Amino acid sequence: MSADIYVLIEHMQGKVNDISYIMLAAGRVLAGGSGGQVVGMLLGHDVEGLTANLAADKVLLVDHPALAEFTPEAYQKAMAALIEQSAPRAVLMGETSIGADIAGGLSALLGLPLVSLCRHVGAEGGRLTFTSQICGGKILAEGELPGPTCLLTIMPGDYKVEQGQSSIQPAIEKVPALDLEDLHVSLKEYIEPTAGDVDIARESVLVAVGRGIQQEMNIEIPQELADALGAVVCASRPVVDQGWMDTSRLVGKSGKHVSPKVYLAIGISGAPEHVEGIGGSDLILAINTDPKAPIFDIAKYGTSTDLFDIVPVLTEKIKAAKGG
Amino acid sequence: MNIVVLVKLVPDLVEELEIDSSGTSLDTTFLRQIINEPDEHALEQALLLKEASGATVTVIGAGVDGMDDVLFTAAAKGADREIKLTGSFEAGINNHAMARAFAAMMGELAPDMILTGVQAHNDIDGALGPLVAQFLDLPYIGYVSGVSIAAGECTVRKEYAGGLIGEMQAPLPIVLGIQAAEKPPRYVAVSKVRQAMKTVSLEEQSTPELDPSGAAVIERMFQPEGGEHAEMIEGDVDQIADRFVELLRDAGVL
Repeated sequence: MSADIYVLIEHMQGKVNDISYIMLAAGRVLAGGSGGQVVGMLLGHDVEGLTANLAADKVLLVDHPALAEFTPEAYQKAMAALIEQSAPRAVLMGETSIGADIAGGLSALLGLPLVSLCRHVGAEGGRLTFTSQICGGKILAEGELPGPTCLLTIMPGDYKVEQGQSSIQPAIEKVPALDLEDLHVSLKEYIEPTAGDVDIARESVLVAVGRGIQQEMNIEIPQELADALGAVVCASRPVVDQGWMDTSRLVGKSGKHVSPKVYLAIGISGAPEHVEGIGGSDLILAINTDPKAPIFDIAKYGTSTDLFDIVPVLTEKIKAAKGG
Repeated sequence: MNIVVLVKLVPDLVEELEIDSSGTSLDTTFLRQIINEPDEHALEQALLLKEASGATVTVIGAGVDGMDDVLFTAAAKGADREIKLTGSFEAGINNHAMARAFAAMMGELAPDMILTGVQAHNDIDGALGPLVAQFLDLPYIGYVSGVSIAAGECTVRKEYAGGLIGEMQAPLPIVLGIQAAEKPPRYVAVSKVRQAMKTVSLEEQSTPELDPSGAAVIERMFQPEGGEHAEMIEGDVDQIADRFVELLRDAGVL
């Protein structure tokens, strides 16, 4: 068993994902308490170039053609071998389409405890702790990282990308890939997102619609507001999943990350998956009847007035302001 | 083709959440639980596959308060079998325990495909799907928003950040974590659910002793407080709207 903190370096299409740097920053905190090193795990094929700015003490590089593209099966096998060989104190993966696909399997396969939805770690007096964000951000849960090796999936929120970046090239240790024959799952192709009629990532004013809108026919209420304002409408996951708005308008974890001057959130609770996509906004205004909704933790100004009361009035006032 | 859908209930976030006197879990006294939304999509995806290829859809859930309604609703929507697990599903029962219990009953059901929601908002010990898959030694793919089946294989659309889709291929049997079905979950009239309550009988299966090992101990649970919070604009609708106009003007967008 070692005191090292292992971090899965998630990458996609030749680029390290931001969550990897966030995990390296969290890993540094834990390593400070455990007295070990921060060790990156980079799985892929011809990806050595991705190690340049990782704030790790060392990177374990597993190079194999079967790891050229992410599949949960190949990644899990390669990760299991790495973890078993060295039994680190903790293994950090992203609460993402990559990390969350393999964390549970590794926990069950290796008999190791798993902490999910973790957004903060601590290391006071050598005691390693987690804080996880559950119930859509309404509840936090804390505890100690169980041993000997604890698996974690990390959400963005408390650490910055820059904290996990370094100008010093980490040492690279090449590790042979074991047991990557006889795989069943394969990637056929990537399908790039459809452009849609507008690119919400480039818009300067966005009117975002959430579950609070209740019915498809009600979408016209924020649409009229957007029209008056010269803005574009976008949506959170439930609205898109209902088919009320095109996928190209989805903001959040599996949609677009936006950075408008003004983001007006209407009937959006502010679940972590959504908040992940709006951090780049200059000003967030929120309208939601639940004053405890997490959206108010990120918005600058808000009101808990019913959207059906306030939005039509606001639309008229904007029209008047523009006309006058 | 046998498709199994695993469903669970989660606290309804529209309701006020309270922490119990132990300070380590939610107070369940007045807690309203509803079906985990991605599980509803998993059921819809199963029903779409049934319509396309004639599968048998079996829905399974732990027999907690509210599960009967969820299973009767699934029957009204077109599921073929509904199984309720009986046992003591008290606090401390986590996804590791449920995954072991679900995995233990799969032998007889011989599923070609197991669908469940990719995540739930209270998955503190990881999502259910990958755990079930590993306990059954089956492959798993999550964040799936489209599934087709042909010649003993499935092709799935897996979502990545930024709207990128990875199309993956895998043999059956497999466990899939569904993010969204290809169509919005179907609506079913209350009268049809009531009818299902009269005509459908839920099968019951008892679970052996539940084993929750594989999770961390929660020492403290609390509601986030302090920190930054939006300035709440007070007044009547007219005054609030005026203030919003001012803010938009200050931001230079009006």
